[in-house]
Amino acid sequence: MAIVIFDGVAYGMLLFLMAVGLSITMGLMNFVNLAHGSFAVVGGYAAAVVMNQLGLGYATALACAFVAAAVLGAVLEFLLYRRLYRAHPLDQVLLSIGLVFVSIAALTYFFGPSMLPFHLPEALQGQVTIAGVGVGRYRLFLIGAGLLILVLLLGMLRTRYGAMVRAAVDNQRVAAGTGIHVQRLFLLTFALGCGLAGLGGALSLGMLGLEPYFPLKYMVYFLIVVCVGGAGTIVGPFVAALLVGIVDVAGKYYLPEAGAFLIYVFMIGMLLLRPNGIIPRKGLA
Amino acid sequence: MKRLVLSPAQLRAAELAFWLLLACSFFLAPDHLTLLSQILIFGLFAVSLDMALGYAGILTVGHAAFFGAGAYAAGLLARHGWGEPFTGLMAALVVAGLLGYALSYMVVRGADLTRLMITIGVCLLLYELVNRLSGITGGTDGLQGMVVWPVAGLFEFDLFGKTAFVYAYVMVLLMFLLVRRVLRSPFGLALRGIHDNRKRMLAIGSPVESRLRMAYAFSAAIAGVAGALLAQTTQFVGIESISFNRSAEILIILVLGGTGRLYGGLIGAIVYMLVHDAFADLNPEYWMFWLGIFLIAVVMIGRGGIMGALSRLVRVKEQAR
Repeated sequence: MAIVIFDGVAYGMLLFLMAVGLSITMGLMNFVNLAHGSFAVVGGYAAAVVMNQLGLGYATALACAFVAAAVLGAVLEFLLYRRLYRAHPLDQVLLSIGLVFVSIAALTYFFGPSMLPFHLPEALQGQVTIAGVGVGRYRLFLIGAGLLILVLLLGMLRTRYGAMVRAAVDNQRVAAGTGIHVQRLFLLTFALGCGLAGLGGALSLGMLGLEPYFPLKYMVYFLIVVCVGGAGTIVGPFVAALLVGIVDVAGKYYLPEAGAFLIYVFMIGMLLLRPNGIIPRKGLA
Repeated sequence: MKRLVLSPAQLRAAELAFWLLLACSFFLAPDHLTLLSQILIFGLFAVSLDMALGYAGILTVGHAAFFGAGAYAAGLLARHGWGEPFTGLMAALVVAGLLGYALSYMVVRGADLTRLMITIGVCLLLYELVNRLSGITGGTDGLQGMVVWPVAGLFEFDLFGKTAFVYAYVMVLLMFLLVRRVLRSPFGLALRGIHDNRKRMLAIGSPVESRLRMAYAFSAAIAGVAGALLAQTTQFVGIESISFNRSAEILIILVLGGTGRLYGGLIGAIVYMLVHDAFADLNPEYWMFWLGIFLIAVVMIGRGGIMGALSRLVRVKEQAR
């Protein structure tokens, strides 16, 4: 029982780490970005390349993953996303599905269709015993990383930068009138969201396989976390990710024949009960 | 650029020519009848999606749920001893329509994002269901051993797909005419009004929600017929007929042809399937790459797909429609 909850929490943290960037780009900036998984997988590949081929440490690899995904996000925001902030969601869906296809093809071209081998650093392998329960170090590390990012993001939303983002999202013209450089702000925020995705992708390397089809495979999980939690918030996806993680792990453990059922039933049920998420953003209809 | 002006009569002639040309393909490309039947069926599927997406404005990314439901309804019926094609189609229509109506209560309310999620979720849920109930549905191997009786007791489905093509052609044409009739009725006009300005329609007393629910259920029923047609003409139902990829594919077909236009889905299906067929020998990853680039380009430049581009070149004289 305890180990199931622990594994569920660790898996939930991983989902939170990967999906929180989507909550920023999709919820805060109102862009239906189905290509979020592509940024995550780019971060994962960047980390793997840095470690396998350049032989650098895990911490450096994580930083590189963040930077690679953030830079890619910034470039794509400048070239493509920027033009569609006010467009119909259908256009946004199509653009991001297109990006997913291109990323799958490009990654297959460069890295081949199979899973990329990856080894966690030794410090994260093995188990430690806490209160009589043997828990994996890597999972413990994930939980720590998730909590750290949660605190950092909550703190950031309280800064001047967070206030500026919220102002710019609520009313661009007024925000621009008060001297906020809205375009630059959105570029930065989008890059931050993508960077977080990349970091999540790199952190997931020990638990999920890295393959070109990653963006399609896990797209639904990101969307579930963000939609069930409430798009545009930080705490909502956190709670939702923990719930999804525990439900998924517990389901696989106790009811293996139910398979992926539980998670979809959970999502549909939650969306019926709270159509705008567990913690809806104020003012969002 | 000078726009070509068409009179309503000429437009009708163009429509007739389009369907005649499709019929003539039976003689022009006798070796590709299977592909042609599939083009017709996917065209109908895209038209059904257009009804929900283009006309009612319901953002749905899980329409394969209804396509698959129809396919399995007809397939299971034929597998268990009742292979009469027309009743199979009717069963698919009813099953998919009821499923669509039940779901419409969830889909019509809520914002675009919630709709997106619920439609994807239901599609994945059904996929999982079909996968789990492999005793009944065959799981990932697909439903095999369907026996479809001769059409109208006379025309047996042959190896070359001749009967299949004619059967699919006639059924798709009938369904298309039905959709056209519905969309040109007051109901269709109300849908267009809701699409353009929901608040105004509410203000003039139109029952917006129930109209949208009906449109969604009707669209689901037509999608189910398309699924059943594919099942009957290929004598097989694969699990991919209910997958998310199928949903994405049909969305792409519709957008390629042009949303909110009667012929958008059909034109999109023709172009997409022919290009896909030509690319099929190549590495699927290359195909994905070009498909992705194409999607980005459509969003960035080509508003309205092929039909949108056509409508910028050709204008119909009177505005009565």
